[in-house]
Amino acid sequence: MISLPHLASLPVTPGQLTGLLAILTIVLMNISRGRAWYHLPSWEHAFGLVGLSLLVDGQYLGLIDAPREAMMGETGRIMYVHVPSAWLTMVVFLFTCIFAVGFLLTGKRVFDLLVESTTEVGIILSILLQATGMLFAKPTWGVYWDWDPRLVSTTVMMLSFMGVLSLRAALDDAERRATWTSVGAILATTSMGVTYMSVRWWRSIHQMQSSPDTIAKPMVLILRINAFAFLFLSIWLIARRWRIADAQARMDEAPPLPPEVTV
Amino acid sequence: MSPHAQRRLFAIGALVIAAGAFAWLSQASMSQDLVYYWSPTELLSKGDAAKGATVRIMGLVEKGSVDWKPDEQTLVFRVTDGSKQVTIEGKGAPPQMFREGIGVVVEGEMGPDGIFRSHEVLVKHNNEYKPPVAGMPPADMSKTLATEGS
Repeated sequence: MISLPHLASLPVTPGQLTGLLAILTIVLMNISRGRAWYHLPSWEHAFGLVGLSLLVDGQYLGLIDAPREAMMGETGRIMYVHVPSAWLTMVVFLFTCIFAVGFLLTGKRVFDLLVESTTEVGIILSILLQATGMLFAKPTWGVYWDWDPRLVSTTVMMLSFMGVLSLRAALDDAERRATWTSVGAILATTSMGVTYMSVRWWRSIHQMQSSPDTIAKPMVLILRINAFAFLFLSIWLIARRWRIADAQARMDEAPPLPPEVTV
Repeated sequence: MSPHAQRRLFAIGALVIAAGAFAWLSQASMSQDLVYYWSPTELLSKGDAAKGATVRIMGLVEKGSVDWKPDEQTLVFRVTDGSKQVTIEGKGAPPQMFREGIGVVVEGEMGPDGIFRSHEVLVKHNNEYKPPVAGMPPADMSKTLATEGS
């Protein structure tokens, strides 16, 4: 078995190396395309860059530096993916709701597009949450899945937001589509609240929310680093998705091209 | 009605329904008519009515009660909620984290003899994450019942 050194003893951390390589790639691509070397095509790439570096270091800390958990042993390390994805699923879906209310109150297209982007990124995060949860559950509880309040409510939450996307896909008129997507998103947010409260309202095999009081200090720090990594990467993904949606909306709005003249 | 006013109405309507559903669920959840598991006290209070039905009970594995026979693959232990105990009997090795003093959710049925036949034993972890304390034997950190019992 190979044993890797602790992060603090490395001259350059893997995350710093990843960040440097990414910056170098951007600089070289800019030069080769005749742009200024410091040119970033869009602001969100800065978030992606920081997020990726934090993720690499956060996962290194989680897998190598973090002490193993007293009860769960090495299996406990999956929490450095599972817990951040749970937090970010909640945060992203909360923003879906805020943007939905924003759209219905102001009617601004940017809010509608952000509802779509955050819903999609939230679904990706909740799939990651479910997948890591199942891998966590098998060695600890003994099963991948059980009809437990927490697991069922999480699944309902995921399906609700998938339903919002299906609703969106089913409506052709841009105005109606935007309105009903927002209404659907606000209603789906209920399931997020229920998921959060499920371990308090009902008896569940899933433990209650942990807090810095119930987690040992070095583990808390590593969880925070990973949470920020997930946050920055989520902002990056949402912004990227929003740009696609924005381009699509502009294309839909543009007047049709004149018929081609054949000579 | 202008589209703007209509949308505002939709916003208020959706928020009211969402908040209402959430409030209703928070109230309904308190009744505890539908529960994921019973405690040993609740199971025993049902008496004969609970016998033969598939239910889940949750409690702590009582210290000194675990009897694992690796050759026969049988596991007998008691779960306790502090006041009442139920003896559990089942086949097959439990999950790796199973040990004395830990929370378990056991699915199975109460036999006529008052012994709970388990179909499945799940281990419930609490919300504490701690590194092992100094002096804890390494075997304790990720022990399996198979090595402990033999």
